[in-house]
Amino acid sequence: MSTSIKARRAGSGISILDISGDITSGSEAVLMSAYNEAVAHGAKTVVLNFAGLEYMNSGGIGLLVTLLIRAKRANQRLLACGLSEHYRQIFDLTRLSDTIGIYADETAALQAA
Amino acid sequence: MDTSDPTPRDAANWARKSEALKVGDLPAEAVNLNVEGRRVVGPLQGFGQLWQKTYRLRLEGCAATPEEVVAAWKEHFPEFQPPQNRFFPSVAGVAPGEVVLINASLQGMPVQTGVMVLYADEVSFTLMTPEGHPESGWVTFSAWEEQGCTIAQVQSMARANDPIYEIGFALGGSAAQEAIWRHVLLSLAAHHGVTEQPVQFEKQCVDRQLQWDQAGNIRHNAAIRSLLYALGRPFRRN
Repeated sequence: MSTSIKARRAGSGISILDISGDITSGSEAVLMSAYNEAVAHGAKTVVLNFAGLEYMNSGGIGLLVTLLIRAKRANQRLLACGLSEHYRQIFDLTRLSDTIGIYADETAALQAA
Repeated sequence: MDTSDPTPRDAANWARKSEALKVGDLPAEAVNLNVEGRRVVGPLQGFGQLWQKTYRLRLEGCAATPEEVVAAWKEHFPEFQPPQNRFFPSVAGVAPGEVVLINASLQGMPVQTGVMVLYADEVSFTLMTPEGHPESGWVTFSAWEEQGCTIAQVQSMARANDPIYEIGFALGGSAAQEAIWRHVLLSLAAHHGVTEQPVQFEKQCVDRQLQWDQAGNIRHNAAIRSLLYALGRPFRRN
């Protein structure tokens, strides 16, 4: 299974990344490319929509850590939405949820953005 | 996507969420200190600069598949460590959610700590550190095939857990730790009959900023607590 990440704008200063398929360390190029596209127009908040996530290993979580650090350095804010209960637990377990705002769905994330 | 089965493919590979670590049955010689009841901490917690370090070795001439290499790695993990690093897996071994106790010596100082198996599949496993461990983060052991050759890799993503450890890493702890993972890779290679291959190493500072809001992690420092435990040994009944 491959990774598909599509960037779209969702209002002033906000972009959404729709993540589908697998997130592993091999997803780095596609994730970083989509992130660059998301912030190219000056977005300061990026919502990661995990509703289409089907598989993630520890390499994938490492990739998200790298993205969080990068966003923090650039004064950008990352939010997450659409996580299934399973992936929500992994965010808690790995303590990513200490740093990234997690919302049930895109509407809730956009309201918080 | 098969929507009829809501169980993700990776569900069995991850540890279950738990607020605090629980240590299982262990050999009598293992010192269970600084792990029970602690929370795990990742690369986003901790105090020091965040480093990603990658150690890689080509198992040239070895017929073992990546799956076989990782299976042997899990089974013989304690034996692949250098003598000053004693690892005590639980009876379940290297499996998601299991705790591996570590009774180590870091630059001559005793450090009793441990790690939790965060993730394990057929070609990789990841260990995550608890509060008080020298590092806050995780390390992944993996293998894959590249042009007919099995590659074994250790990759850590971690920062020093508190200011004392950050100073310790700058004063030689970092080099000592790098030597440990080189030793582990070379032991794995030797187990598979490969003795002439070098370990390729690269490191990258992912985050140069110190996280001063985490400086209070010193209260959990396993090295200090292990030293106090050792000093108090003559005065204890057991």
